[in-house]
Amino acid sequence: MARIVAVTGNEAVAEALKQINPDVCAAYPITPQTDMMQRFAGFVSDGKVKTEIILVESEHSSMSACIGASAAGGRVITATSSQGLALMWEMLFIASGLRLPIIMPVVNRALSAPLNIHGDHSDAMGARDAGWIQLWSENTQEAYDNTIQAFRIGEHMDIRLPVIICLDGFIISHSIERIEYIEDSDVRNFVGDFKAVNPLLDIRHPVSYGPLILPDYYMEFMRAHAEPMAKVPKVVLDVAKDFEKISGRKYGLFEAYRLDDAEIGLVILNSAAGTSKDVIDEFRNKGIKAGLLKPRLYRPFPYAEVGEALKHLKAVCVLDRADAFGGSFGPVFIDIAASLYPYKERPFLINKIYGLGGRDYLPEHAALVLDELAEIVKTGKVKTFKEYIGVRE
Amino acid sequence: MATPLSLKELSKKEILFTPGHRMCAGCGAPIIVKMVLLAADYPVIASNATGCLEVSTCISDYTAWKIPWIHSAFENAAATISGVETMYRSLKKQGKINDEIKFISFGGDGGTYDIGFQSLSGAMERGHDMLYICYDNGAYMNTGIQRSSATPFGADTTTCPAGDVIPGKMQQRKDLTKIMAAHNIPYAAQASPSHWGDLMKKVRKALEIKGPKFMNVIAPCNRGWRSKTDDAITLSRLAVETCCWPLYEIENGNTKITFKPREKKPLVDFLKPQGRFKHLFTPENEWLLKEAQEQVDKNWERLLAEEACFAPKETKEKASKEQ
Ligand SMILES: Cc1ncc(C[n+]2csc(CCOP(=O)(O)OP(=O)(O)O)c2C)c(N)n1
Ligand code: SF4
Ligand SMILES: [Mg+2]
Repeated sequence: MARIVAVTGNEAVAEALKQINPDVCAAYPITPQTDMMQRFAGFVSDGKVKTEIILVESEHSSMSACIGASAAGGRVITATSSQGLALMWEMLFIASGLRLPIIMPVVNRALSAPLNIHGDHSDAMGARDAGWIQLWSENTQEAYDNTIQAFRIGEHMDIRLPVIICLDGFIISHSIERIEYIEDSDVRNFVGDFKAVNPLLDIRHPVSYGPLILPDYYMEFMRAHAEPMAKVPKVVLDVAKDFEKISGRKYGLFEAYRLDDAEIGLVILNSAAGTSKDVIDEFRNKGIKAGLLKPRLYRPFPYAEVGEALKHLKAVCVLDRADAFGGSFGPVFIDIAASLYPYKERPFLINKIYGLGGRDYLPEHAALVLDELAEIVKTGKVKTFKEYIGVRE
Repeated sequence: MATPLSLKELSKKEILFTPGHRMCAGCGAPIIVKMVLLAADYPVIASNATGCLEVSTCISDYTAWKIPWIHSAFENAAATISGVETMYRSLKKQGKINDEIKFISFGGDGGTYDIGFQSLSGAMERGHDMLYICYDNGAYMNTGIQRSSATPFGADTTTCPAGDVIPGKMQQRKDLTKIMAAHNIPYAAQASPSHWGDLMKKVRKALEIKGPKFMNVIAPCNRGWRSKTDDAITLSRLAVETCCWPLYEIENGNTKITFKPREKKPLVDFLKPQGRFKHLFTPENEWLLKEAQEQVDKNWERLLAEEACFAPKETKEKASKEQ
């Protein structure tokens, strides 16, 4: 029996972590994540979990301790945001390179400078090519559900990779929503026991982690890392199927909202997808065929599936809550463009940067973008391929 | 039962750090590692900071380590082992593991005094049951002999080269052993491979103590010191006998000097055989030698005073009677 509760995103993810009851957790405060690990520390203090917590002196040490703990042979978690994730950057690659299934919620927040504690996606985008799996969540329910599924995905014997679960800072982490908690026992059975692979603590079978590998073998090693990455989408779908059995909720690689017969569409991550869907309904009521694609598995990116889902549209706008500062487009746009490239007939593609540093994304923003897409379809002309919206010029 | 620390008994023990690794001939670091692992009468799991020891002992598909070993990065050997140790406590608490295991971190001076200082300080403060061993060769050797905060005053390195205007490193070494002791950890010590019995006794003592321990071990590097390949033990002995690398331990706040040379040798005895100090032996740089000697004298005097001040009551009384 599901429990219906009114909770914040941080509270729900902390609850999922409690239900999973990991062996080790490393924690360091940073807004807006702080409250999640604080709650978890409370569970430790109250004996609600068996977890040993390491209250590290930095996020660099947090990820380092997670690496040591995971290689030792057990289930390991931490959580962070923004500068904390940036400070971990070096260690992110080492965690994935050593194939350690560490699970880390990232409460998305803008990156300095200037200092800003509010939600945008620049933190996780900076880590998107670090060899971690990334699951993105629109709301508190999805953040909770993704957290539970992340363990099954990362710890899968064909995968053994770390997983980041993204949820929007403040908008989701600190807002109360009605969600359903799954029974503890169902979560526990779903996630199962941790299976250690080459644990350091097995002193009878000593192993060396983290060798030097020079040009003679480095490339084979990297290729070997790409292989489990390629298997992730299938595992994500299999896990989602099992998850549906205990939750009744369906998950895919992405959500396709009214996309099948759509002519214009938005691609957007996380919480802003919710706002956008309402506006799409309004456009549908006016007889305009609008739809939306919300990526869930963002790394590895399911290029073929996303391309297939979007290729029939006439015009698509990718909304990015981070800029890539490469003199080009936002990060999600670049991925969508790549997924549509194989098709001869493909939609017009434009890019809007929105909501940086917690700037509100309003229904009128979505409406303006959809109007612009309709205009592009009508005229066959694109005025601007990329621009900032909801900004003072 | 503990293996007696005699050569006869120790020679019967399995060497858990194999020959065939790729450290330079005559390097001090592998000698130290061998002594440490020989001294341990428990299963040991080690972490290793990036540096000479790490890059030369585990080059895929080979490893010189017959114990479980992990290298993750340069600045985080302490944080990494703190994670391993925490998982150990967690699984032990859950009854999933029964072995009595000890945890040791190895880091070079760069990885310990400098870039890994925060991670080390944090792990010590948190109280993990671990022993951190710094092998101090006085520079970033792996990247080609750059200055670290452990580089001795006056030394010539590739980033503080003895030039026409600046005659080598112009700062004193950071006194890391004292800084670690100031964390109020139960055990901090300095050792040298020349005094192997002392070194191994300290490792043994450290491993018997619960909580965070730190050892700083001088590790001659013939490449960086520009000394003879067979001089590692001689030079580390001279460092001890000139009192520029005193052997002592600080146990629960009490300082004890574990070796006092009968006759304190002049510092130049240690400096002269090393190419990195060659420029000091010119008339215009005589003041540097003088200053270096003064620093050693001052630090030694202070250490003696600390020992006297913290000595247990009976020894103090005995000492005052003898006077
Ligand atoms: C974050 C980071 N910065 C710099 C380096 C380059 N680096 C690798 S080993 C090393 C020197 C190591 O010096 P030390 O710790 O004294 O050990 P040694 O090589 O002297 O034994 C440096 C600078 C690195 N690997 N990682
Ligand atoms: S450079 Fe020095 S520290 Fe490094 S292996 Fe050679 S002798 Fe040892
Ligand atoms: Mg060094």
